[in-house]
Amino acid sequence: MNLDRRSFLKISAIVGGSFALGLYDVPFGVAQGRGRFAPPPVEPRAFVRIAPDGIVTIIAKNPEGGQGVKTHLPMLIAEELDIDWKDVKVEQADGNAKLYGFQFLGGSTATPMNWDPLRRVGAAWRQMLVSAAATAWGVPESECTTKAGRVLHAASGRSAGYGELVAKAAALTPPALDSVKLKKASEYSIIGTSRKGVDNHAVVTGEPIFGIDVEVPGMLHAVLHKCPVFGGKVKTANTEEIAKMPGVRKVIVVDGTLVDDKVLPLNPGLEPGVAILADTWWQAQSARVSLKVEWDFGPGASQSSAGFAQQAADALKQPFGQVVGGYGDVDTALKSASKVLEATYSYPFLPHNTLEPQGSTASFKDGKLELWSTTQDPASAARVTAKITGISEADVTVHMIRAGGSFGRRYVNDDDAEAAWLSKQAGRPVKITWSREDDMTHDNYRAAATIGLRAGLDAKGSVVAWRQHFVTFGDGKRTPFDAGADPHEFPAGYAPAYQLGMSNSIPLGIRTGPLRAPGANGRAFVLQSFLDELAFAAGRDPLDLQIELLSRPPASGYEFQPQNPFGGTNPERLRGVLETVAEMSSWRKRKKGKGRGMGIAAFFCHMSYFAQVADVSVDAQSRITVHQIWAAGDVGSHVINPRAAENQAFGGIIDGLSQMAQEITLAKGEVEQDNFDKQPLLRMPQVPKIEIQFRRTEFSPTGLGEPMLPPVIPAVTNAVFAATGRRIRTLPLKRSGFAFA
Amino acid sequence: MAIALKVNRQSHAVDVPGDTPLLWVLRDVLGMKGTKYGCGIAMCGACTVHIDGQAVRSCITAVSSVESGEITTIEGLAATETHFVQQAWEEIDVPQCGYCQPGQIMSAAALLSKTPKPTDADIDTAMSGNLCRCGTYPRIREAIHHAADLLSAKGGK
Repeated sequence: MNLDRRSFLKISAIVGGSFALGLYDVPFGVAQGRGRFAPPPVEPRAFVRIAPDGIVTIIAKNPEGGQGVKTHLPMLIAEELDIDWKDVKVEQADGNAKLYGFQFLGGSTATPMNWDPLRRVGAAWRQMLVSAAATAWGVPESECTTKAGRVLHAASGRSAGYGELVAKAAALTPPALDSVKLKKASEYSIIGTSRKGVDNHAVVTGEPIFGIDVEVPGMLHAVLHKCPVFGGKVKTANTEEIAKMPGVRKVIVVDGTLVDDKVLPLNPGLEPGVAILADTWWQAQSARVSLKVEWDFGPGASQSSAGFAQQAADALKQPFGQVVGGYGDVDTALKSASKVLEATYSYPFLPHNTLEPQGSTASFKDGKLELWSTTQDPASAARVTAKITGISEADVTVHMIRAGGSFGRRYVNDDDAEAAWLSKQAGRPVKITWSREDDMTHDNYRAAATIGLRAGLDAKGSVVAWRQHFVTFGDGKRTPFDAGADPHEFPAGYAPAYQLGMSNSIPLGIRTGPLRAPGANGRAFVLQSFLDELAFAAGRDPLDLQIELLSRPPASGYEFQPQNPFGGTNPERLRGVLETVAEMSSWRKRKKGKGRGMGIAAFFCHMSYFAQVADVSVDAQSRITVHQIWAAGDVGSHVINPRAAENQAFGGIIDGLSQMAQEITLAKGEVEQDNFDKQPLLRMPQVPKIEIQFRRTEFSPTGLGEPMLPPVIPAVTNAVFAATGRRIRTLPLKRSGFAFA
Repeated sequence: MAIALKVNRQSHAVDVPGDTPLLWVLRDVLGMKGTKYGCGIAMCGACTVHIDGQAVRSCITAVSSVESGEITTIEGLAATETHFVQQAWEEIDVPQCGYCQPGQIMSAAALLSKTPKPTDADIDTAMSGNLCRCGTYPRIREAIHHAADLLSAKGGK
């Protein structure tokens, strides 16, 4: 049952300059090098319950925040169990790594990490049911087949429903998961067919299924009024006055437990502030209006976006703080280049803006904690809340509740910590609900960055050298979460000489964290825009320039790690999606007109490949209308739930467009945007026509929650350049003089 | 002093200050959680309900101002003639996280009650007040057209 022992990778060597990559059955195994992705074994019996009438309850193991895993992971089990999808009921698991293995929402990992084990769980159950039937009938198992929830013995004409067999089957010891026989892809009747979201009916009828809807008897509603400057503390507050307000039961000054470090961890502890606990949320929130707090803002009050920009500009003039990666002699290549281009790009902090604000419900009683959480990481929720309440992780039960959007925000358990700590203080269950203002001003933001680029072209217009100076935050040694650079991102490996340096000495006193397609969501804009600049400077079609780079063998000195899905771009796959999207969009025949243009971009991240073309027009007031996006993706051999996959792709593309207009800025340490009136998210009239195609390749399926987002941004900025001759090097759009129409 | 409300054809008396937003009366006093909080300033539409058939943002609507109105929430929609909108949402597989969808459905139902065959431009206008953070907009558009087809197949208005 222990999948760790399996050999999971079959990779052939480089053949004739191209990569003939074999299937990797369990790509997550490869990722074991990155400790947090190491999969623990699963207990197959925990995933399936079969009722006497044949209805099969399948446990959805991962947190659901809109990615559709509550539907498509059970589909994997149902397929190999060989049942009708109409006979399936899906039930959400609690957090329990011993039974379910790794339970996590993030990194587009659900599909690659579960594709193999969950199909094997289904197959193990099927084998147990066959075994029970064969024993009862006194026939060899090999003569039995299954179909639609029944075991059949053709020779004797006997058959039995799974419901009749389950009592005996469930008593058997499950076979080792690596020994079970899996279906051939041609036998699939569920995988690859569109199945509707299992919670659709509950969603459209307004059932109370979200974190904010949780009700626990006797609970109080809480708000926590935090210091507008991260890390600030309460000096004094009129708590006695607030405690007398209608419905208010308790007012607690939270001293907080924030770690004192120049580089904040993802979960730095409990933020200080004043908590108001009341009978209803509106009473707590109303009382807050009368709250008067004198704050000690602390050192965070000295930070501002203007200050960061100045420090970044200064850092760009200095040598790299450290070299992150590279190969070849960039200096010599640049000297001998016939043309050298230089540019500086930057992108802002971004909020997550999950439409359901952060919040959590906790009941602390007799040294045990029960938590109803929308977390993306139940193990982390248990760890963080156990620590804050001083109990052991084993005494925390985490119920995973559907989240109204996650996008990386709920990877952080600050709301869980607050609910748990407040419940312990109040001696009652507590539900905390953040206001939108709390949510936008106390986020773990996508880290801003400034990037200096220098690249050389030879006389034929080929890229000969690439140097990149990534300026970010940190203490010179460490970099905040998801604020670093990646030396494997294309054109690394294909530019003949390449160097990535980093300066990470700008102090940062706010938290950063993963936002959908972390890192890639900013860097794809930079890398794919600069490649477009190079193509223009060389007088070449940007598609040709990329295809030519990707057709080269990896550069000498570049350590390509084809066995590591995070380790570098597979050039054939990236080329494949570029060629597909070019065909879809008739790129080669594109028309160029005044104020109208098309742009192309591609990116590999989170183990999947996407290329996109944007068709835009720009009016005299520099307002951009995106008419259409074509997207080609390569997520491997199967798209498990095709219509849901298309939903994800629409979502990622729209999210990417939306990101282009947004920013978080700081003044005197305070976040300046606190609600949707100051944060222009994309709305219905601005949404372009979107066309998606998936290329089927031989690789084991990977995820698409994230990888379709990054390329849409440079596809649009490159299209804007084609339309106007003006290059967008700074996001959000307004900082380059543009806006969406 | 108790305020009399008519929600989903049922009468309620709620004892709250008159300036309490209808949203929080629905959610925390009447226990109807389908109507969602997203922003509190009428910028996201997650809290959309109907008052006398009009789409209204309940997060900025004082409960005292709707005493005389017929309030319909997502929970009550199925009991009315507009439940075909919910059916369309399910059939088109619109939801991702689903949090905004009750508000989207209430806006769409209000649109369809006045404009049974909306154009894309009608949809843009009627739906621009509802944010979907997951980007289900293409599916919402598809579902509204589908709902219009369901309505006309039923011989609706």
